[in-house]
Amino acid sequence: MAHYKPSGLPESNPTRAEGILADLHLDLPLLTGLLLLCSFGLLILYSASGQDMAVIERQLVRLGIAFVVMIAVAQVRPSTLRRWAPWLFGVGILMLIAVLLAGQVGKGAQRWLNLGLFRFQPSELVKLAVPMMIAWFLAEKSLPPRWSRLAIAGIMILIPVLLIARQPDLGTSLLVASAGIFVLFMAGLSWRFIGGMILTAIPVAWVLWEWGMREYQRNRVLTFLNPERDPLGTGYHIIQSKIAIGSGGVYGKGWLNGTQSYLEFLPEGTTDFIFAVLAEEFGFTGILALLVIYIFIIMRGLYIAAQAQDTFSRLLGGAITMVFFVYLFVNTGMVSGILPVVGVPLPLVSYGGTSLVTIMAGFGILMSIHTHRKLLPT
Amino acid sequence: MYQSTLKDYLRESRLFRSRAIIAALIVLLLLLLLALHLSKLQIVDHTHFTTLSRDNRVKVEPLPPTRGLIYDRNGVILAQNLPTHSLEITPERVKDLEKTLQELSQLIPISENDIKRFRRLKSHQRRFESIPIRVQLTDEEVARFAVNRHLFPGVDIHAKLLRDYPKKDVTAHILGYVGRINKKELQSIDNSSYSGTTHIGKNGVEKYYETELHGEVGLQQVEVNALGRVIRVLENKPPIPGKDLHLTIDASLQGVAMRAFGEDNGAAVAINPENGDILAMVSKPGFDPNLFVEGISSADYNALKSSEDNPLFNRAIRGQYPPGSTIKPFIGLAGLESGVISATQKKFCPGFFQLPNHSHKYRDWKKAGHGAVDLYDAITQSCDVYYYDLALQMGIDKLTEYLAPFGFGEKTGVDITGELGGLLPSREWKKKARKQPWYPGETLITGIGQGYFLTTPLQLASSTATLAARGNHLKPRIVKAIQHNGEAAPTEQPVVQKDKVDIKTESNWDNMLNAMLQVTEGLRGTARRIRNEHYRIAGKTGTAQVFTVKQEEKYDEDKIDKKMRDHALFMAFAPAENPKIAVAVIVENGGHGGSVAAPIAKAIMDHHLIQDKH
Repeated sequence: MAHYKPSGLPESNPTRAEGILADLHLDLPLLTGLLLLCSFGLLILYSASGQDMAVIERQLVRLGIAFVVMIAVAQVRPSTLRRWAPWLFGVGILMLIAVLLAGQVGKGAQRWLNLGLFRFQPSELVKLAVPMMIAWFLAEKSLPPRWSRLAIAGIMILIPVLLIARQPDLGTSLLVASAGIFVLFMAGLSWRFIGGMILTAIPVAWVLWEWGMREYQRNRVLTFLNPERDPLGTGYHIIQSKIAIGSGGVYGKGWLNGTQSYLEFLPEGTTDFIFAVLAEEFGFTGILALLVIYIFIIMRGLYIAAQAQDTFSRLLGGAITMVFFVYLFVNTGMVSGILPVVGVPLPLVSYGGTSLVTIMAGFGILMSIHTHRKLLPT
Repeated sequence: MYQSTLKDYLRESRLFRSRAIIAALIVLLLLLLLALHLSKLQIVDHTHFTTLSRDNRVKVEPLPPTRGLIYDRNGVILAQNLPTHSLEITPERVKDLEKTLQELSQLIPISENDIKRFRRLKSHQRRFESIPIRVQLTDEEVARFAVNRHLFPGVDIHAKLLRDYPKKDVTAHILGYVGRINKKELQSIDNSSYSGTTHIGKNGVEKYYETELHGEVGLQQVEVNALGRVIRVLENKPPIPGKDLHLTIDASLQGVAMRAFGEDNGAAVAINPENGDILAMVSKPGFDPNLFVEGISSADYNALKSSEDNPLFNRAIRGQYPPGSTIKPFIGLAGLESGVISATQKKFCPGFFQLPNHSHKYRDWKKAGHGAVDLYDAITQSCDVYYYDLALQMGIDKLTEYLAPFGFGEKTGVDITGELGGLLPSREWKKKARKQPWYPGETLITGIGQGYFLTTPLQLASSTATLAARGNHLKPRIVKAIQHNGEAAPTEQPVVQKDKVDIKTESNWDNMLNAMLQVTEGLRGTARRIRNEHYRIAGKTGTAQVFTVKQEEKYDEDKIDKKMRDHALFMAFAPAENPKIAVAVIVENGGHGGSVAAPIAKAIMDHHLIQDKH
């Protein structure tokens, strides 16, 4: 059982730095990847914000908080997380209901809960609580899960997803759904089932399209799938962002030299569309560099999950990593015009966003999984 | 047992590892596809997009809708949009604002006030929105700037429509005005439908009917050069203009009412009892609403704010005055209907009234007393003692019960913002508001419309209209019809019926009508001077105390300051047989209702009833 050798733990002669990292329960490769990504992100943000140091300072404060949260979460043992899972899930669901009943409206949607001292977005808690809950539930029995347990897990995913979709927050409900589904996938959801779902979805969608929708609803769906149909509305963002990306070329226009974002043709240049600013200024080379950092982080995350010693940790670690990938793919796909417009930020690069803390808490869990392993009897 | 657990464990870990590898492959595959797509954009189509980015700077600009017009009932325009040119600066696009301002003022005259207004507007404006530095440029100024435009990046001439109120102070309190959208309003409006719109209704009809008047925003896709200036329009989705409103107001009647006040301040409201149409609603003094449209200068504003006459105050809907003796017809009617009095039964008036076992004298306005009076005399000569006695016999609870259906103490629900509801005092109200019990003396003075009792001129006019229509209570309205887009004729707004005043004995209405006719036609009627041969007026004068005269003192009009003089009131409807107009007039510090307020009502009725026939 050679692979149970605790590779991330100090061996016979730990260096000083390794010792500190081990004491803090941090994983050096993952930490390096995250720091690289955040630095690259700040560089782009400086340009995208019109060289506004105030924006950089605020983002630094947010990143600082997020890293502190990550380190704090890394101290919690996976077994403790497992015990907490049902409670967090229950609290999360109650808070989602509270938001719908008494939440604060921001940007036309009801997402915030005012807790007196600070405002809190319960859907962020649920992003982690759902995969924890499903992993806890499936780890109770041996894998792969039976049909009945799959059905129960499906309902557990569906409840928060529908509650968040009601707010309405399509991007987050998509992320929460994918978090739950990835746990199922990692748990060994049979290929027959996956294939069956896809095969039933097609005729259902067709029936809905032909008989269940009115003309204007069909038009809305078409515009959602292909924003360029509506060049004055959502399509405008996509057209402008494609111009930004395309005009970047192989090497880009150079840092701080993008014209699309400076002349404000590119809306939301610092938040959801920051990828287009990167593409314009650093070109295809810059994009490849960014993607390499992302791939490194994702692969490290999957490796940590595979090395984990119990089913709960494995399922949770795998799902957290894959949700991070979903962030990346949905955002870049939207900005480059191959996916519909869904408000999902480019993880750890986009300005602001409460999701920053959640993402880093997720990496804290991964680090905890990796650094709390024990030698097993063979 | 241990063996099987271990076997399970190994199987699960193998299963997971295969899934993790598949997940990794999916990640790599999808990112490869993404990279391929991006390489097509950035490498294959690079030239195409570079051209687009360099030459075709396409931008979407909102096209604000044209605000709906407002007409009076005869099609006279009351609010319109006039084309003007203004010089505007987008602060975000200007490198050195102070230098630009200085250079601009050498080209085009810019006053101290213009600069002050500019700075004030700048402090609460949306980002990248242009702010006017000069409005209503002359053609010559427009030409002079156009020649030098290239010297001023971020500064431009804007041709736009400016809201204009041709009747100025005459309709100011009805229409209200539009002004620039401020930060507070930004929070409550739908940002996308107001993109490009700079003004919003702040008051009156302009505010109440904001949604109808505003219209729907349009969009145009334009090509702009590197400085952000529009080169050509590519695509256009025209805005939908706001809806036009047709008011119930008669602009000429409004002018007549305004002029009838002469130098006096006060309010007058005229309502058609048949449908609740407000024919005229005057609050004097008025103000020029055009001052507010492009941002009023602080000097002008302070002058309006600090004026003793308080011209910004809409007396017609927000002024709360004691109704005084104008309440007597309503109380008399309550007495008849409840059976406490009959029309011919006489009471003796010695000039004062005393509660049993109290020494305090509640005085009549006529010190010598009216002698033996019946209901007719008590209305015609406005005998107070008759009503003290009537009120005491009925008690406050019954009084309130009969007065409330006429609309006293509650907002009429008229369709402009800011209306106040007056106050109909009652035992419960006093307990709640003052935490005190109700005293019998207070019932007495309620009987002559004094004490806590408060009405607005609009409320009094509406109650008078209800009396004229024999209990048919209609909601007063300002907007008669709304012109919807693409429809030939404007859509009439519905007449809203409120609960009918429940008077079971029809002859009670006749008795009160006859008594009120005597006010203008009787030899001793308090408003006999407005009697005329064209039509018959049923009315009631009133006086509202501004301050209380001490027990042994005499109220002497000449000795007291004008500001402390009584308010003069008059309510009336005509023609008595078939009422077409009901009027309430209050003249602040005017003194006597009969001599000051009644002639104003007469002027309004004359214009409406006599001119109308020509």
